Amino acid sequence: MTTSPTTSSPKVRRRPGDVVFGGLSAASAFSILLILAGVALFLLVEAAPVLSADSSDISGGEGFLSYVAPLVFGTLLASIIAMVVATPVAVGIALFVSHYVPRRIGTSVGFVIDLLAAVPSVVFGMWGFQVLAPRLVPLYDWLEANVGFLPFFESASATGRTILTASLVLAVMILPIITAVSREVFLQTPRLHEEAALALGATKWEMIRTTVLPFGKPGVIGGTMLGLGRALGETMAVAIILSPGVFTLNLINSGNNTVPAEIALNFPEAAGLRLSELIAAGLVLFGITLGVNLAARYIVNRRAEFSGAN
Amino acid sequence: MSTPTMTPGAGAGAGAGADPGTTTETKPRQRKLSEIPGVELEVVRPSSPRPALITLGLTAASAVALVVLGLNPALALAAAFIAYLIAVYAVYRRASGPRVAADQVVRGLVGGAFVIAVIPLLSLLWTVVSKGAATAFDPGFLTQTMNGVTGLQDQATQRDGAPMVGGAYHAILGTLIITGIAAVISVPIGLFTAIYLVEYQPKGRLASMIRFLVDVMTGIPSIVAGLFAFALWAVLFGVGTKNGAAGAVALAVLMIPTVVRNSEEMLRIVPNELREASLALGVPQWRTIAKVVLPTAVSGLASGVTLAIARVIGETAPLLVAVGYARGLNVDPTSGPMNTLAVYAYYMFTKPLSPGFREPSLDRAWAAALLLVIIVVLLNLVARLIARAFAPKTSR
Repeated sequence: MTTSPTTSSPKVRRRPGDVVFGGLSAASAFSILLILAGVALFLLVEAAPVLSADSSDISGGEGFLSYVAPLVFGTLLASIIAMVVATPVAVGIALFVSHYVPRRIGTSVGFVIDLLAAVPSVVFGMWGFQVLAPRLVPLYDWLEANVGFLPFFESASATGRTILTASLVLAVMILPIITAVSREVFLQTPRLHEEAALALGATKWEMIRTTVLPFGKPGVIGGTMLGLGRALGETMAVAIILSPGVFTLNLINSGNNTVPAEIALNFPEAAGLRLSELIAAGLVLFGITLGVNLAARYIVNRRAEFSGAN
Repeated sequence: MSTPTMTPGAGAGAGAGADPGTTTETKPRQRKLSEIPGVELEVVRPSSPRPALITLGLTAASAVALVVLGLNPALALAAAFIAYLIAVYAVYRRASGPRVAADQVVRGLVGGAFVIAVIPLLSLLWTVVSKGAATAFDPGFLTQTMNGVTGLQDQATQRDGAPMVGGAYHAILGTLIITGIAAVISVPIGLFTAIYLVEYQPKGRLASMIRFLVDVMTGIPSIVAGLFAFALWAVLFGVGTKNGAAGAVALAVLMIPTVVRNSEEMLRIVPNELREASLALGVPQWRTIAKVVLPTAVSGLASGVTLAIARVIGETAPLLVAVGYARGLNVDPTSGPMNTLAVYAYYMFTKPLSPGFREPSLDRAWAAALLLVIIVVLLNLVARLIARAFAPKTSR
């Protein structure tokens, strides 16, 4: 026996503790699968009446697609504006933290940015409604007066409760996640690349432009898409700030609505087919965010495989 | 006379194109490269930066712009910042050339990006504190519910200065109960999933599939989680069933992926030598995990769980959908709507009790918001303290 320990090892008796503990772990891991399947399944079950319903019974009277399409466009519009506004600022902060301040100050700066992520969305909504929106009214008036020939700035709102205000608040809300992901990849830039650039006489900005930014590009793109995914699903800020209406390209007056805000605003009073409609809209939102998030994860993870090289 | 080649600083440059015959006679103590004829220097480093002077000038300029032009503060600040960048570019370009100038402008822009992010944060915190502090710590607000409170009382409060009635007691309790149940559901599932991923199945297709699913779960919008809980309860208990347990399920769906990711990271940094030492002593694997791995990682796990709680405690949308809104106290999560701080703030803000006399309702909304922000910030601080105070000693 003792001379051939390898042959005896397969016969080791599995102790009951191990069976129970291992079983619990495996069951938990599988419950993730069950929960996700449950999310899709139960939403489908509750949304099913919409599919069989007569199209004239759906809100708007022209079927589910024409009901949900403007909402989807509104969601995409608000989220993409937020993404465009937030990305340059987030990249700037990430560079500031990773390359411009000492490491110790950098972590406290990171904490300040994380605080932004911790503030509940309903508080962002109240702030946007009461503080930001009135302050943006002069800007909207100016936009109407000076670039009013563009379809985006046709007539200004008197309250500031517009899709653009909502987008700006969304931009503040998604700043932390884009910053965090960008900061991580910027810090992973191989030190040798940076030092080589500096040794060739590059200024700091030239060093960043030639080594840090090319290295971090996939991470920034992935972080931006994670931010987009968050903006797509963000509910309360839009629900409180925006004064909703039909889809319009005009950014500085009431109008437009997003899928999550539409659900939050109408769900408490909904019943019957309307409930199914809203749940079906939620299913559509789930599909969109799923696609965006998977693409983002794919890009970020592809970078993670390379980053071991430094 | 071979002295000129020995002058310090001129050594390398002089050989290139200088005429030693003339320079040595007139300037024997030449020190700067740039003074040697024929040597053209492109200075990359700033010779003498003058940021202090620039900042001073621009602070004055922005003050002038603010006062004289009568601009609003935000506009004046933006104008001053742009003027600052232009001045930085001009000054450094003259002193050290365009490359240094561009470098300095980027430095300013990067700092500016941080300021842009901090302004809304400060404005938001200030708004919440200044509008909410008066009501939030009022004993009446903390101990009363909204049961029986109507718009008439709010009218009296705003018009006649009567004391405010009604509070958020039920909402505070509801928040604690629902978040507590959510934590009880999601911490074991999340922790055991992380153990499965790190200890039992570190590699292989099953583990990568679970990781993929956790990623998918992270991306579920909060309102979709609420709709899921609502739909699940509709199938199980009949359409329209809204109660605290449904809200807890919705929050758990949002919380599990965070717990898994944080815990997985923490378990992964436990050194393998510890596991091997324990297994070599004949300790069963489950006891190795329970007695060696988990205690080593406990600070990271606790801090991760705290952060996960902080993330969901402020959620509004899923609770709005799955729990509904109760005016009175309900501490039974299995029967009927409850109230939570976030939903309370939302309703008070958007549907004041008395549309003509909004002030008392707005005060309540901001007070609830302040309580939420305090809870969230405290949880974040606690998480950091746990992580720091009980961090494993990694020194050898």
